Amino acid sequence: MGKLTFSMGGVHPHDSKFARECAIEELPLPPTVYVSMAQHLGAPAKPVVAVGDTVKVGQVIAEPGGFISAFVHSPASGTVKSIAPRKDLAGNPVMHVEIAVEGDEWDPAIDRTKTLVTAIPEDKAVILDRIKAGGVVGLGGATFPTHVKLSPPPGKVAECLIINGTECEPYLTSDYRIMLERPKEIVVGAAIMQKVLGGCPCVIGIEENKPEAIRTMGAAIAELGYPGIEVKVLKKRYPQGGEKQLIDAVMKRQVRSGGLPIDVGAVVQNAGTALAVYEAVQKNKPLITNVLTVTGDHIPGNLQHNYLFRIGAPLSFIMEQAGGIPQTADKLVSGGPMMGKAISNPDATTVKGSSAILYLSEASTRRQATTSCIRCGKCADACPMGLEPFLLYRLYKAADLDALEKQAAQDCIECGCCLYSCPAHIPLLDHIRQAKGQVMGVIRARAAAAKAAAEAAKK
Amino acid sequence: MTQTIIWTVAILSVLGLLLALILFWVARKFRVEEDPRIDEVEKVMPGANCGGCGFAGCRAFADAAVKAPNLDNQYCPVGGDEVMQKVAAILGFTVAAKAPQVAVVRCNGTCANRPRTNDYDGAQSCRVKAALYSGDTGCSYGCLGCGDCVAACQFGALSMDPATGLPVVDASKCTACGACVKACPKHIIELRNQGPRGMREFVSCVNKDKGPAARKACAAACIGCGLCAKTCTHDAITVTDNVAYIDFTKCKLCRECEAVCPTGAIHGVNFPKELDKDAVKKRIADRKAKAAAAAAAAAQPVEKKEVANG
Repeated sequence: MGKLTFSMGGVHPHDSKFARECAIEELPLPPTVYVSMAQHLGAPAKPVVAVGDTVKVGQVIAEPGGFISAFVHSPASGTVKSIAPRKDLAGNPVMHVEIAVEGDEWDPAIDRTKTLVTAIPEDKAVILDRIKAGGVVGLGGATFPTHVKLSPPPGKVAECLIINGTECEPYLTSDYRIMLERPKEIVVGAAIMQKVLGGCPCVIGIEENKPEAIRTMGAAIAELGYPGIEVKVLKKRYPQGGEKQLIDAVMKRQVRSGGLPIDVGAVVQNAGTALAVYEAVQKNKPLITNVLTVTGDHIPGNLQHNYLFRIGAPLSFIMEQAGGIPQTADKLVSGGPMMGKAISNPDATTVKGSSAILYLSEASTRRQATTSCIRCGKCADACPMGLEPFLLYRLYKAADLDALEKQAAQDCIECGCCLYSCPAHIPLLDHIRQAKGQVMGVIRARAAAAKAAAEAAKK
Repeated sequence: MTQTIIWTVAILSVLGLLLALILFWVARKFRVEEDPRIDEVEKVMPGANCGGCGFAGCRAFADAAVKAPNLDNQYCPVGGDEVMQKVAAILGFTVAAKAPQVAVVRCNGTCANRPRTNDYDGAQSCRVKAALYSGDTGCSYGCLGCGDCVAACQFGALSMDPATGLPVVDASKCTACGACVKACPKHIIELRNQGPRGMREFVSCVNKDKGPAARKACAAACIGCGLCAKTCTHDAITVTDNVAYIDFTKCKLCRECEAVCPTGAIHGVNFPKELDKDAVKKRIADRKAKAAAAAAAAAQPVEKKEVANG
């Protein structure tokens, strides 16, 4: 079996999966949970509870605020203390529901047993409804509502479902641990999504640095015997788990600029999402827990953990439970070192997409002094989207939006390969991200203007 | 040798003459008839080409002014009233006088007032920083200190003060073109009327957090207590989203708000005398006592009347 990979760019950071041997531990309940209303892509959710209400674990506390939005459920039982803006991990105010935890009383409709339910509901609409009602979003990082992704627009047919088990970000081991500890649930979750998409083949893509996961997932597929699911081994290369890169690696198809994966017949879902789909559909358990890695460089083994946490537990609480912030930590990061966000406010809460807390030492995170670009082209070689980061950087500085659009700044996936590879330590991605935002704004404004003009013409 | 030089000179001269004739003919043939007033207007413009008026440059402004039916939608902030009067005279329009304005930085978050909670070593650009997180301090509304406004200013009117970490406006150089207002991702800079002899009164804070949170993040934050609004006798102060705002068109520069502000978030600049807070507070208290006495006096007969009716 040959190892698959994407066709251009990419970098090879050390995988640093120090927490790979740490089994998933269940985190105790925090005294208070703060549930963010904006923990998915799209419109923020609208709270449906009031201050003073008593809630049970798994009860709906907010409903979708638009088409691309998701339900939010209570991760704990207790009393709603406040519904007010609170600072997220970047320090910006976001609406949160604060719940004082009292006991651990679950919604009786949730099946909390560990028995594996393999019988998949026959009706697609029922499955989609349960996924939507469970508030399931993509756990690979973008937190795109899963029910929307599983409903291809008319005329588009899914030809392949790819389950993303690559976990190409260094340090992170949460997906690895669930693939080891709950492989059967993931396979059932994949089979459910396969069914919704009309029975297309399903590929579970796992990087070669996780041989144990490849073995357990393969064994689970063989044991459960769903047709059309197979594991494919991928080369260890960042960003192998990028949606477009994974499609390229598995299907040998490229998504065109501005296109969606479904245009080439692909639907990509994370392994964690497959587990969440299983729990939502088979166990009636909404997305209220997730697995998060606590790790870092130069920190002792007893501070490394993989935790099953309630979504809404404050980061500071998790860090306290994990043994406190080590002395060597200079920077705290939520997520992986390549795409994660710095935690500037440790009191912030966890969200559905929280995948890790990293303690990084000064040596590995401190930015080095910037020198001049010598046009060595390393960034262009590293870019998995085939862009020329040095050029985009210059065009952004010159504020040339037309040229930026021509050079496809909007296609940037913000993987950070350019910044990682630049020998002059130029903050390329920082600026290209701005450029991307501006170009996207122009494209959206143009689309809105075209739509308005078309409507005016109709009248 | 000599012959080469003669030939070269001759050929080049003939070529030059020929090309000159062609250019002359082309210039005649393809001449674009332009309203001569555009040139006239452009001549009286400041020539800064800053774009503060909303047009690409002074000529674009002149072009638009000549074609426009009136000058209501056009204003050159750099040239101010003086230039606008000249433009109006050329075009035969009338324009109403507009008070000269100046950029005002509404943030008090000096290093002393606002303790740093994070250390940033990314790209030195406020826009980039604002996209990553809310800033180095507990205040998510305040100045980020990377100087995007300084870079945007074409007139050298802005500079970063290393002691406070905040930008400083040189009012003598500021033309109120508004470039800094657009550059600031936190919307801290505002164009306000210059005021008589440069005297201005403004709330130097845009923090929308509730009082305790704002105060925790910055010692000189506006906590939205509303004392200033209650004190103001000119109806110039409004408090929305936990932050006060002084309407400069209504403010009479009495400085009472500045005296009562508990955090010192309200600033008065260019006043000839330093503010004597106690004297102003006493003045307010006297006025209030007098008003209360008057109200009590007015209330008494009304009460009697009610009793009589009942």
